[in-house]
Amino acid sequence: MNEARVGVFVCHCGTNIGGFLDVPSLAKYSLTLPYVIFSQENQYTCSETGLTEIKDAIVEKKLNRVIVAACTPRTHEPLFRSACKDAGLNPYLFQFVNIRDQCSWVHMHDPEAATEKAKALIRMGVARAVLLEPLEELKIEVTPNALVIGGGIAGMTCALSLANRGFEVKLVEKKDRLGGTLNNLYKLYPTHDEASRLVQTRIKEIEKNPKIEILTSSEVKEVEGFVGNYNVVISQGENNRFFKAGVIIVATGAEALRPVGMYGYDGEKVVTQLELERILRERRFKANSVVMIQCVGSRNEKRAYCSKVCCPTALKNALLIKEANPEAQVFMLYRDMVTPGTEFEDYYGKARETGVVFIKYCPERPPVVENSSVKVYDELLDEELSLPYNLVVLSTPMVAQADSGDLAQKLKVPIDEDGFFLEAHVKLRPVDFATDGIYVCGCAHWPANIDESIFQAYAAASRASIPMSVGHVTAEPIIPEIDEAECSGCGLCEMACPFKAIQIERTEKGRKAMVIAASCKGCGACGAGCPQRAITMKHFTDEQLLAQVHALAEVTP
Amino acid sequence: MGIRVHLAEKKPSIGGRMAQLDKTFPTNDCSICILAPKLADCFRHPNITLYTLSEVKDVTGQKGGFTVKLRKYARFVNDDECINCGECNAKCPVKVPDEFDMGLRKREAIYLYYLQGVPPVMAIDRNHCLYLTKGICKICEKFCPKDAIDFEQKDLDVVLHVGAIIVATGFNSFDPSSITQYGYKRYRNVITSLEYERLICASGPTGGHLEKPSDGKPAERIAFIQCVGSRDIRNNRYCSSVCCMHATKEAMLAHEHNPNVKSYIFYMDLRAAGKDFQKYIKRGEQEYNISYIRSRVPKITVDQNENPVIWYEDPESSKTEKMTVDLAVLATSLMPRSDVKELAKVLGVELDEYNFFKTDPLNPLDTTRPGIFVCGCCRGPTDIPESVAQASGAAERAAEALHEVMMA
Repeated sequence: MNEARVGVFVCHCGTNIGGFLDVPSLAKYSLTLPYVIFSQENQYTCSETGLTEIKDAIVEKKLNRVIVAACTPRTHEPLFRSACKDAGLNPYLFQFVNIRDQCSWVHMHDPEAATEKAKALIRMGVARAVLLEPLEELKIEVTPNALVIGGGIAGMTCALSLANRGFEVKLVEKKDRLGGTLNNLYKLYPTHDEASRLVQTRIKEIEKNPKIEILTSSEVKEVEGFVGNYNVVISQGENNRFFKAGVIIVATGAEALRPVGMYGYDGEKVVTQLELERILRERRFKANSVVMIQCVGSRNEKRAYCSKVCCPTALKNALLIKEANPEAQVFMLYRDMVTPGTEFEDYYGKARETGVVFIKYCPERPPVVENSSVKVYDELLDEELSLPYNLVVLSTPMVAQADSGDLAQKLKVPIDEDGFFLEAHVKLRPVDFATDGIYVCGCAHWPANIDESIFQAYAAASRASIPMSVGHVTAEPIIPEIDEAECSGCGLCEMACPFKAIQIERTEKGRKAMVIAASCKGCGACGAGCPQRAITMKHFTDEQLLAQVHALAEVTP
Repeated sequence: MGIRVHLAEKKPSIGGRMAQLDKTFPTNDCSICILAPKLADCFRHPNITLYTLSEVKDVTGQKGGFTVKLRKYARFVNDDECINCGECNAKCPVKVPDEFDMGLRKREAIYLYYLQGVPPVMAIDRNHCLYLTKGICKICEKFCPKDAIDFEQKDLDVVLHVGAIIVATGFNSFDPSSITQYGYKRYRNVITSLEYERLICASGPTGGHLEKPSDGKPAERIAFIQCVGSRDIRNNRYCSSVCCMHATKEAMLAHEHNPNVKSYIFYMDLRAAGKDFQKYIKRGEQEYNISYIRSRVPKITVDQNENPVIWYEDPESSKTEKMTVDLAVLATSLMPRSDVKELAKVLGVELDEYNFFKTDPLNPLDTTRPGIFVCGCCRGPTDIPESVAQASGAAERAAEALHEVMMA
């Protein structure tokens, strides 16, 4: 390649960067660095205007290396790479310098030092950029089969949608029948349709769909591979089933917390909302004074979150009680009524009109369940009340499935501190995992109402269908390259690799390390550990990294 | 490969409401930072054709075979030629309130809808351009270095043949002038949340400095009044879903800009049910000097310095109290767009009693007409994560419909 011609674009990012760093001086400073022949500041480099300026500069100034000093490669590197590509420059000749996360955000109270740090980072970026080499993306074939884990409303909806689009689906359910949480519900809010009717309708649709294979009483035992090519082992009692899946959707749901040891819970006089649903369904409901307590086991130190579904569930059951026995008194002790949107607010209004009494309590003085009455301090009346009852109903939150951690580990995807599956990005990728080819929907992700579980299921189906309909995915060529002559076949790299992407094979020249490019995530653990220095990580070569270190220390090797 | 998409937008640029927001809860990501790559992707995607300044005028046919008539209004600027240099609006003599900046700034009659807008080209406002209204001026044409101004451009009717339609027309913000006891438009330091978003945004009219509109001094005591037009039988009975969270965010941002800021959020029920929302509220209280006061504010008055005085019932003492602040921010209700009835008629779909597009909980993305789907705030108040998930879901429903037709 000809001599490096580097262009540096420094982004103000509105005031995210420009409000703290001296962006004009950074652009000016960049020009003093070796091989930099062009620099520019942009208000927003990622805007269409900014991208056009990059493309124009590549052509007009004959740039063969492009550096953007801006926010973060996490969200923006693909965009700038593709701008380079559009202008005919190999995208791997692009270098990101992170001066927002690493300068203006963390050092916002020391703008001068932050500007100096940004200069150092740009200097390092230029040093590496000069040594970058063009690389070509890898193309990986995708098996057009989906594995949906979980046969509740989310999993069933997702499976049906994918099957309707012509993809083969394996629907795996731990229990002996489909339906999930819906099997435990009586009626659905806010329409009061029977839950069992919805389940039966969906099951019938699934059973007559030739593209879906239902595997009940089945669990995911093992998953290996990568997007487009997952090898799955399902255990069905004694037997194992093996198959290949291109994509995986996690729809394992959540379960309701059992409030053992709370508010005198005994399953008889003090029950959960789920237990009340069964009583109502079996027409055993007899009580004439019911006290419901909200936020039992949620919004506290241990479980900080609001479980979202409990307020509408309590309203539903209160309305059903009033329907079954209009004379019954229902008291609802709440902290905040969470009935967002159009339908739920009306539902709340309806419950008030029906005569349900709402009493706001505060967590500092929680209700006390005594033998025949509930004592509660009414925050609004500033008064202690005593409510006689023959049934207390506790609204407990949805909690993550006990085995969500196991499944997460098998799939190599993250869960959050409450055990719910963690999506790739709250707003940009709400149903994707950071790992390509795996998606999430329904309560496995966070407590969700049925309509939410359904639209998330469609969303996950949509995202999962993309690699399957395209037929292939591209992977980053940031993979190790083995110098066969140097490799001694010691196997340290194979042990170091967390992705099973490198293995020792027998060749004519003896034992040698081989790379499975599609499985490689480019972490570099193999290269760092190789005692023979036989492994070069492409795009992160020793030479490139050392150049950055030297640039930081401002020494010439 | 893939499905061809025609994306029609009424405004001169795509981006919608999210482009107007400064940052977004619960991560405080800068809104335009995460939106801009999406804008660019839509603009450059080979399967997407953008129609800006366009409106759907007629829809006939059925699922799998709709014929859509689109009116593409003249931009009077040639998209291919305009380089967005700004010579034209620097010379334009007209000044009108800027809609994108919620009227807090003036713009010219030839203008860029917003800085990062896509397509990144100027547009001429036909209702205010001197040449288009009075037949004089044309100064932009004279100064344009690329001869991109084209007053001869005509409105075009474009006919599209599509298999499915997705409606994603968003929301309007409630105009709180009718709640006279809050004094909006009478008191300069009483503003709406969307106005606040523009005020605190770096690309907004004050460059991100939170100034009191009355005297330009920094606003350090801020009251956020929740449920303005929402949960109110005189206006909208429903809850707007997102306001508890965006008020918290807005208070956090003020504190980030100026650590002396103290914020008060006057609320009825704190509705923070989404992922990590409770944690966010807690952070607001602990790290950003926010106090949550459970009280529905009956009225706002002003003192002699035009500082808003918030009247409220102190939940502790049950007594009426008054609090003087620098700025009062009204969390105005999310409402259907004012032209939604017309659009529903054109599309042949039903609206619910509040004029959001009607769906049912078991088919949450289907309108009442097969083959027409819906996502985001036009089906009810929705936050960004849910809007994005619904959008993918609506795309799936549309893809299913197309598949069905192709296989038939």
